[in-house]
Amino acid sequence: MTIGLTHYLVLSAVLFCIGLFGALTRRNAVIILMCIELMLNGVNISLIAFSSYVVPQLLTGQVFAIFVMVVAAAEIAVGLAIVLAIFRHFSNIDTNDINLLKW
Amino acid sequence: MGLEIAFWIMAIVMVAAALAVIFLRNVFRAALALVLCFIAVAGIYVTLSADFLAAVQILVYVGAISVLIILGVMMTREVQNGNPVNKMELPAAIVATLLLGILVYVVTSTPWSISALDPLTPTTMPLATKLFSENGFILPVEIGAVLLLAAILGAIVITREDKK
Repeated sequence: MTIGLTHYLVLSAVLFCIGLFGALTRRNAVIILMCIELMLNGVNISLIAFSSYVVPQLLTGQVFAIFVMVVAAAEIAVGLAIVLAIFRHFSNIDTNDINLLKW
Repeated sequence: MGLEIAFWIMAIVMVAAALAVIFLRNVFRAALALVLCFIAVAGIYVTLSADFLAAVQILVYVGAISVLIILGVMMTREVQNGNPVNKMELPAAIVATLLLGILVYVVTSTPWSISALDPLTPTTMPLATKLFSENGFILPVEIGAVLLLAAILGAIVITREDKK
């Protein structure tokens, strides 16, 4: 059985859903950031699969994947800075205990 | 034939590492599993003949982002024993499984218009032309540079100690 576009799309959906489940259920803020990276990687796989199967001569999906990587790098830098700032204030990064903005 | 074997090895390693990220009790081992998952994703890019993006994946994700994450794990490791879950585990599992089912159904039932052409290789020079040419993506590239600068400055400002 040859590998087609469907295989890559199902693989990216599996990776996205694993990341979604982790981001919704974990309480450690660093693990949540890691799960968000997993979700972004799943999206990247589907973008590149579309790029190389649907428009193989245009590379538009690969350009989009590069921008997703840029935004992911910015996101992880700011996210970890926020986690470290929270850790400095509360000595804790459990998302169940950080609820100052909750009413 | 070789492509299929490579795809299945990468896919199995990737899914197993992603499951290890969320189910391992030790946060540091979860970060290492995340690195393994990133490497497997780079292999998937190679099977898709996206050579430049595979190199960027290794450089940016395996090289930079995983180092940042491991730094974050090291600085916050002593507070929490393991990788606890919140009360929403069952609803989140239902939502994630439902979304996976819907996505798989949509992907398998849509008639994709597969092109008969072979993908472009190597991709480095066409990508550069695409990104930096007159009618390419030069404005988004500039905006991405400004976004990275703003993110660096924001990270420095947020983590700086108050010296009063």
